[in-house]
Amino acid sequence: MATIDSKIPEGPLAEKWSNYKAHQKLVNPANKRKLDIIVVGSGLAGASAAATLGDLGFKVKCFCIQDSPRRAHSIAAQGGINAAKNYQNDGDSVYRLFYDTIKGGDYRSREANVYRLAEVSNNIIDQCVAQGVPFAREYGGTLANRSFGGAQVSRTFYARGQTGQQLLLGAYSALSYQVKQGNVELFTRCEMLDLVMIKDADGKERARGIIYRDLVTGEIKRCSAHAVVIGTGGYGNTYFLSTNAMASNGSAAMQCYRKGAWFANPAFAQIHPTCIPVHGDKQSKLTLMSESLRNDGRIWVPKKLEDAKKLQAGTLNPNDIPDEDRDFYLERRYPAFGNLVPRDVASRAAKERCDKGYGVNNTGLAVFLDFKYAIQRLGKQAVADKYGNLFDMYEEITDVNPYENPMMIFPAIHYTMGGIWVDYELQTSIPGLFAIGECNFSDHGANRLGASALMQGLADGYFVLPYTIQNYLSDQIQVPRFSTDLPEFEAAEKAVKEKIAKIMSINGKRSVDSIHKELGHIMWEYVGMGRTEQSLKTALEKLDKVEKTFWSDLRVPGDAQTLNVELEKALRLLDFIEIGKLMAYDGLNREESCGGHFREEHQTPEGEALRHDDQFSYVACWNYQGEGKAPELLKEPLNYEYIKVQTRNYKN
Amino acid sequence: MEKNISFKLKIWRQRGPKEKGEFKLYEMKDIPTDTSFLEMLDILNEQLINKGEEPVVFDHDCREGICGMCSLYINGHPHGPATGATTCQLYMRRFKDGETITVEPWRSAGFPVIRDLMVDRRAYDKIMQAGGYVSINTGGVPDANAIPISKEKADLAMDAASCIGCGACVAACKNGSAMLFVSAKVSQLALLPQGKVEAARRAKAMLAKMDELGFGNCTNTRACEAECPKCISISNIARLNREFIAAKLSD
Ligand SMILES: Cc1cc2nc3c(=O)[nH]c(=O)nc-3n(C[C@H](O)[C@H](O)[C@H](O)COP(=O)(O)OP(=O)(O)OC[C@H]3O[C@@H](n4cnc5c(N)ncnc54)[C@H](O)[C@@H]3O)c2cc1C
Ligand code: SF4
Ligand code: FES
Repeated sequence: MATIDSKIPEGPLAEKWSNYKAHQKLVNPANKRKLDIIVVGSGLAGASAAATLGDLGFKVKCFCIQDSPRRAHSIAAQGGINAAKNYQNDGDSVYRLFYDTIKGGDYRSREANVYRLAEVSNNIIDQCVAQGVPFAREYGGTLANRSFGGAQVSRTFYARGQTGQQLLLGAYSALSYQVKQGNVELFTRCEMLDLVMIKDADGKERARGIIYRDLVTGEIKRCSAHAVVIGTGGYGNTYFLSTNAMASNGSAAMQCYRKGAWFANPAFAQIHPTCIPVHGDKQSKLTLMSESLRNDGRIWVPKKLEDAKKLQAGTLNPNDIPDEDRDFYLERRYPAFGNLVPRDVASRAAKERCDKGYGVNNTGLAVFLDFKYAIQRLGKQAVADKYGNLFDMYEEITDVNPYENPMMIFPAIHYTMGGIWVDYELQTSIPGLFAIGECNFSDHGANRLGASALMQGLADGYFVLPYTIQNYLSDQIQVPRFSTDLPEFEAAEKAVKEKIAKIMSINGKRSVDSIHKELGHIMWEYVGMGRTEQSLKTALEKLDKVEKTFWSDLRVPGDAQTLNVELEKALRLLDFIEIGKLMAYDGLNREESCGGHFREEHQTPEGEALRHDDQFSYVACWNYQGEGKAPELLKEPLNYEYIKVQTRNYKN
Repeated sequence: MEKNISFKLKIWRQRGPKEKGEFKLYEMKDIPTDTSFLEMLDILNEQLINKGEEPVVFDHDCREGICGMCSLYINGHPHGPATGATTCQLYMRRFKDGETITVEPWRSAGFPVIRDLMVDRRAYDKIMQAGGYVSINTGGVPDANAIPISKEKADLAMDAASCIGCGACVAACKNGSAMLFVSAKVSQLALLPQGKVEAARRAKAMLAKMDELGFGNCTNTRACEAECPKCISISNIARLNREFIAAKLSD
């Protein structure tokens, strides 16, 4: 069994990162020009990494699926980005941000990584402001902040309800500058289809390139480099319906997994409490309503079952239910944090009410998020200033005016904490392969706090990877550029082409989407908000059937040697099916409840998640064993030196 | 309230940039009005696939009006009939039972058709590469609160920064000009002290690139502003012109 070295530097927690930077190996400027780096992905993580590596002098090739790097799904993040600036003087600090993140993650993340994240958070804000990111400001000209779930301080920086957009456009501008400088080459509408590894003279296999498909021409192409970085986002679309964009996928991660990169904690997926409820079977995605709404909106369902029934039947107007008949269940259960409890807690509480029959909407699968009280307190204009664009978006989709009627919301899959395992240097278990942003497993444990993904993506890309990758590349300076004619490229390309040919030859009857929806239903039903041993076993059986359906009944019209959107989707679907299985394996193994992973067998009498630290205080790393075989489980123990591991408490 | 409508779709189909395109007619039956426009196209594509035909190709990704990937000229309007919304934010309740809905790609020299309704907008990236940034490296920047910026300025910069780079302004313009897009970026950065330093040079470089790539001139028809899904104001074009003149004067 492989041993796991997470390469945590020596020394006290607060000095580890400084120590690391002081002692790591660097690459001198003249040598940087001789080294190529492939960055797959142009979201916050990929774009910031590609720009920074380019600006350091490396030769960077940056890939993305969309027609422009600016359209990566980071663009859709609404609420904000955390940093420990303590500009509000409300008692925030690097330590507190670190502590909140570890606690929010239900004590399933690495102390050293999270501390570093909190440490560099402040540099991110400085960098973005210098790029011209128009963060919200106070009248005095200083930066404004707001609060997010899981924190009692105001540390979230934001740009209206479009923070991700503004941060990504900042990173994209830095990237554009480096393209102009000749340091970065863009490959848009190009999708990575496999990782290429090459054996050194000493027999060590390293990541040296990728096989990709030019999505416009359909050509299969090769690209080589000294190191490969993937920043390809999360796998939430395994559930078909999620808040992710249509092209968000987990394929690059799975390609790396099949080449030997461990996949860590796949079962940890985040279900976001405030999304617009599902309306019909033609729906293609779920729209998130930013968590920032929980600052001022109050969440409730009726206290009386008969009111819930009438609401479901459409015979009662929610505004006619008096306050004393409303159950503000988060405020009731969690007085200290109220509507601002972390996402996993808020989502489960909504499910609990709906399971008991108190849900609203014609489906009974929704709860109210009510701004009546905020409008009474602050006035309509103030509420519009803060949330206007979100309210407009809600009205456009649902045809309901949220200034006059409470919004209806329901939990939906939103983010995946699990991902490719990386060490402190963000290197995967494959030498020369790095993973950044949502596609790695690193900093959020079993549950991510709001406004922390943007922080992590930019921390990885601007301030961590550009250092740590040099520690790896410093002994690669003698290695000449690689020819893509090497047999390893030949073999990888052949395998990709064979797979495509096999898919094109199925000639069945079902569209990709119809099979993907089937997969999504299974995942939501059996690997969703509440999981049991039985449900997870059922999921595994059903996923096998879905895979069979794929290989026997799929229909991809058109040609593979040209633009073919259905083929793109089919390739991604195949990986989603495999990720689904991995999630179920991981969920079965983890016989405890923590963060986003709720095993119904393991809960307290009050229905809170019950961890078993004595057995499961580890990162579950799954090691691929070949097609059709169960993966091997490796464990990276989590040692808490600086934080006392406790039961999460948001009640008092 | 939700109901179902039936209608005809007249969709532009074109195999490739050099091939001749044509309109094809499709009957759509019983589509719920709470379906989004793109979900309606998904339904059409599902039907085409089930018949073994190739689906209609169109760009889309976030489906919530922010990535700028979706496009489509619907009934003569970029992003369709709604104001301040992208195609992906359009719902079928905007359309009438029995009508014929015409769907075309962006038509502009700057954005060649790739297939059907999908166009090549890489020219926008090239314009950005010509100067749509503050020339700084990572690290070594001052504290974020070191330079106060008035709320008013920050808000104006944010208005301009809301551009999603969709290209509707170009598609709406009879000259095929990208002025609104360019002016939004130039304005955002010129309004902020961080970007002010290079403002004039930036304006000049981005405009030169725009011309070079075959986009037309601005003759103030205001069609761009009317069709922009993010309501980017043409006052940004005036600001761009000021920066451009400043650049010329300092030449
Ligand atoms: C609706 C929504 C709102 C959110 N709001 C917030 C928020 O307010 N605060 C917060 O902190 N977080 C938020 N998040 C989470 C956060 O936005 C994401 O976790 C983060 O942006 C992910 O960034 P990334 O760079 O890792 O990946 P992405 O931005 O998803 O980028 C992935 C990139 O990889 C490319 N790619 C993928 N596969 C391939 C392939 N095979 N070949 C080539 N390229 C490929 C894509 O084209 C893209 O460029 C939100 C998420 C969503 C969905
Ligand atoms: S200015 Fe408006 S129409 Fe033009 S690209 Fe930007 S958002 Fe689209
Ligand atoms: S699909 Fe993203 S803006 Fe329409």
